[in-house]
Amino acid sequence: MYTSISDGIDGNANGGDEREQAFNARLDRAMKIEPSDWMPEAYRKTLVRQISQHAHSEIVGMLPEGNWITRAPSLHRKLILLAKVQDEAGHGLYLYSAGETLGTPRDEMVAALHSGKAKYSSIFNYPTLAWADVGAIGWLVDGAAIINQIPLTRCSYGPYARAMVRICKEESFHQRQGFEIMWTLAHGTTAQHAMAQDALDRWWWPSVMMFGPPDSESTHNEQSQRWRIKLFTNDELRRKFIDQTVPQSEKLGLRIPDPQLRWNERTQHYEIGPIDWEEFYRVIKGDGPCNKDRLQTRIDAWEDGAWVREAATEHARKRAERSDAA
Amino acid sequence: MTKGWPQWEVFVRSEAGLAHKHVGSLHAADVRMALENARDLYTRRNEGVSIWVVRSEDVHATDPDEAEAFFEPSEDKRYRFPTSYHVPEGVEHL
Ligand SMILES: [Fe+2]
Ligand SMILES: [Fe+2]
Repeated sequence: MYTSISDGIDGNANGGDEREQAFNARLDRAMKIEPSDWMPEAYRKTLVRQISQHAHSEIVGMLPEGNWITRAPSLHRKLILLAKVQDEAGHGLYLYSAGETLGTPRDEMVAALHSGKAKYSSIFNYPTLAWADVGAIGWLVDGAAIINQIPLTRCSYGPYARAMVRICKEESFHQRQGFEIMWTLAHGTTAQHAMAQDALDRWWWPSVMMFGPPDSESTHNEQSQRWRIKLFTNDELRRKFIDQTVPQSEKLGLRIPDPQLRWNERTQHYEIGPIDWEEFYRVIKGDGPCNKDRLQTRIDAWEDGAWVREAATEHARKRAERSDAA
Repeated sequence: MTKGWPQWEVFVRSEAGLAHKHVGSLHAADVRMALENARDLYTRRNEGVSIWVVRSEDVHATDPDEAEAFFEPSEDKRYRFPTSYHVPEGVEHL
């Protein structure tokens, strides 16, 4: 007759045809699937993978920028960067919460990250060598994230879609503060301009790769589109990113590091040179410049924080005991 | 690995006069931490003037599989709506 929302996913795994039909009918009518609704196991599994991977990316994504908090060039920039990195922590937590509604405990998702089983966005395995990198990340990486995330506000899974609405609201500040850093440097001294150009040179291709392998090689596209947990293909999203970013680079007076980049009057899109997919797969497989460092930092944070988690649990237990006795 | 902290559902009143609305969940060891975490997680941009937190296990919901039967009694009672009454022409304030 009723269920507790925290154990809403009970033995409904063996739904059979009727439930599967009802599920598909909901998808066809663009209705949301909610945690306690019946869903195919493959849908659940794919979503847990996608959402937790997304959550891990937000959490690991704090590290490259966090690296510059103590060295931001002014108090104003430091406050902005702190707020931005705090937002990314929030994004990770909204997403872990959404993932948990599918029945996978948060600790299990975190453990999968730490063991190397779960992936996160490969972009965060690149180092932030200069202050301009913080600008490039906000402008390019958050810019790419926005393009990825906006369609997901309409995805089929309710908790994921709602988390995305919150996240997207916060992202536009991230992109703008990054662009503003790039603008300031690009219009500063020769050395500052060169620093901005160098950051663009290093972050451009990894940002283009953020959308994942080309459609010709992407294995999940079709089923995920049917399930409405992926609304555009990798190449469609990538093209959108390039079309919107190239004119911005022109306004900045910076050069995109791609000699083959050109506007195609007929298609009304930019065309780019070949993407080095070897590099992409190498970084995904763990061989990027910072993979080991990023993962170790997360593991250390988790292990070094163990006593805090235990102390808080113990404190809560004692207080509960005392209030029972009173 | 220690067992994780319990899960809480978070409800935020966005401004005085409005009802609290569910915004998401979080983990915390106790009520106080739940409220503070809820503030940091869900009201970083003036989204609220009041927060409720409830242990997730204490929130009970209707069963979606029985929703049709459960809500059926309210469906065929058109006479509960003002629109199912005929108002003669010229009659006002009704
Ligand atoms: Fe984010
Ligand atoms: Fe962001």
